[in-house]
Amino acid sequence: MTQLTPVLSAHWDEADSFTIEGYQRHGGYKALEKALSMQPDEVIQLVKDSGLRGRGGAGFPTGMKWGFIPQGDNKEHYLVVNADESEPGTCKDMPLLMANPHVLIEGMIIASYAIRANYAFVYVRGEVAHVVRRVQKAIEDAYKAGLLGKNILGKGFDLELVIHIGAGAYICGEETALLDSLEGFRGQPRLRPPFPAIAGLYARPTVVNNVESIASVPAIIANGVEWFQAMGTEKSKGFTLYSLSGHVTNPGQFEAPLGITLRELLELAGGVRAGHQIKFWTPGGSSTPLFTAEHLDVPLDYEGVAAAGSMLGTKALQIFDETTCVVRAALRWSEFYKHESCGKCTPCREGTWWLVQMLHDLEAGKGTEEDLTKLLDLCDNIAGRSFCALADGAVAPIISSLKYFRDEYLAHQRNGGCPFDPIASTTFATVGA
Amino acid sequence: MAFTTEQEAIMDSIVARYPRKRSAIMPLLHFVQSIYGYVTKDGIEKIAEKIEVEAAEVTAVSTFYTQYKSEPVGEYHVGVCINTLCAVMGGDAIYDSVSDHLGIGNHETTKDGKVSLEKIECNAACDYAPVVMVNWEFFDNQTPQSVRNLVDAARAGNPPAPTRGPKTLRTWKQNSEVLAGLSDGLSGEGVSAGPATLLGLKIAKEGGSK
Repeated sequence: MTQLTPVLSAHWDEADSFTIEGYQRHGGYKALEKALSMQPDEVIQLVKDSGLRGRGGAGFPTGMKWGFIPQGDNKEHYLVVNADESEPGTCKDMPLLMANPHVLIEGMIIASYAIRANYAFVYVRGEVAHVVRRVQKAIEDAYKAGLLGKNILGKGFDLELVIHIGAGAYICGEETALLDSLEGFRGQPRLRPPFPAIAGLYARPTVVNNVESIASVPAIIANGVEWFQAMGTEKSKGFTLYSLSGHVTNPGQFEAPLGITLRELLELAGGVRAGHQIKFWTPGGSSTPLFTAEHLDVPLDYEGVAAAGSMLGTKALQIFDETTCVVRAALRWSEFYKHESCGKCTPCREGTWWLVQMLHDLEAGKGTEEDLTKLLDLCDNIAGRSFCALADGAVAPIISSLKYFRDEYLAHQRNGGCPFDPIASTTFATVGA
Repeated sequence: MAFTTEQEAIMDSIVARYPRKRSAIMPLLHFVQSIYGYVTKDGIEKIAEKIEVEAAEVTAVSTFYTQYKSEPVGEYHVGVCINTLCAVMGGDAIYDSVSDHLGIGNHETTKDGKVSLEKIECNAACDYAPVVMVNWEFFDNQTPQSVRNLVDAARAGNPPAPTRGPKTLRTWKQNSEVLAGLSDGLSGEGVSAGPATLLGLKIAKEGGSK
């Protein structure tokens, strides 16, 4: 049985965990002192050696990303933290920032020092007022403590850190759309190359990292590469936050080494809700192809999930039991992607509308078997044909649900409508509303 | 309606946060909403003046993002998550129930101006599903009855406190100020984390950890 490894979450149960005093009581900002006594390139090398990979979905090695920033180029460099957490099912960064915003700030100062940036931004989604308050206050307190601003800790490093608050657009979680949004434009993805490391914010070299990736850095600096590498699997090192939601007895956050399985996590979460069985689940948010009961022992690391035909993504494990209609689920996710498509690329802008129309008919029992072929053909004309991965995400639940539950789509036609009772899936199914 | 000297000064301070003026457009839009409750023509023109672009450019940005409203919303703006997981766990039933109860639909406001309703997408609190946001504060683990009670209390001027948030629920305009990056001094109120957030830690401490 894999053991849990609370690192980021270690002190979240303390009443003042989000304050600077609460953070410093447990060694907060000590890693910063250590990092500032190293050369910036040594910090980059250490993060590279640790094997830390991006926790926001793509899994790109964090240290390598930092190493791509050209040095000695006489241009401003920027660090931008992506706290626009919006991938359906993903709910780790917001509670992290509510419970301990300082760990992100410490990580941001270290990362900025390493890439030689004197300006850093944290882009927080706009629909979370209390998270915004906590981050804002943490930044203020870090300035007062001499941890931000000029000559940080007397080591000669300057950093301005600004919180930027979004306004409700999923697409801004895509790094280049986020940069356009931060520049004051509609948040629409850019064509790459050039990548942000060469031409990012204001066309300057920019690192964009997820909250959890940057928040993991102080612990790595403080405890060292060997400590970090002792957790996880061969190519997926360290600890990470797994978020269990849906039809489980006890949903919540579990910090564990990479490679734990859903079977193990479910055991910790008290299993699927009483009297029910797992039907399908997402390993890393709605943009990652669905899994079923046959995938309970897939190691939840970057390689393991990919080998089984999906993606680790954000480790957002959404669990659905046998009361849930998979066609309804696919339709609702499609409505989401349609709503959130930025409109820049035609296959995504138009295609997501078509997907919703077809799925509406299928759910209402008005579809035919030929429509399933057409649906897959449509998916084939959407995925991989747009600037960003939103389009790929949009087709993931459809293609994977058809792979595992084709007959359920057809049952809607035979039944003349959805054969499921939606109330049976709710949390108040037994107690009444 | 002219902006006060104090409001102008706040807007200037928002612009000064950024290396380039145009980056201030989003917090300025949130700030305009904190004054009027929505994005007004005056607000658009003032922002355009502050960041030195055409008003049409500001409008283009404002209309891209769903949190910027082109008409007034309620003092308490109720967002019911209807993304797949919350919908399945009860969000659909909650939305239908509260919509019936208030007699308003998506993007509509009660006649008294107290409560408006919106179907919202995933709000990063799936372990507390079904989730409802009021003025972008978390109301976790909701039921149709709890949300009907919530909106009734809000209309009576006595809304309940968020599950994870300040001790008292702030109004739409007040919270828009927070989203403009202006402190309201309430960061210390409320829990560090809710029970679902702490579940793994609790189990680890009980012996599930190295």
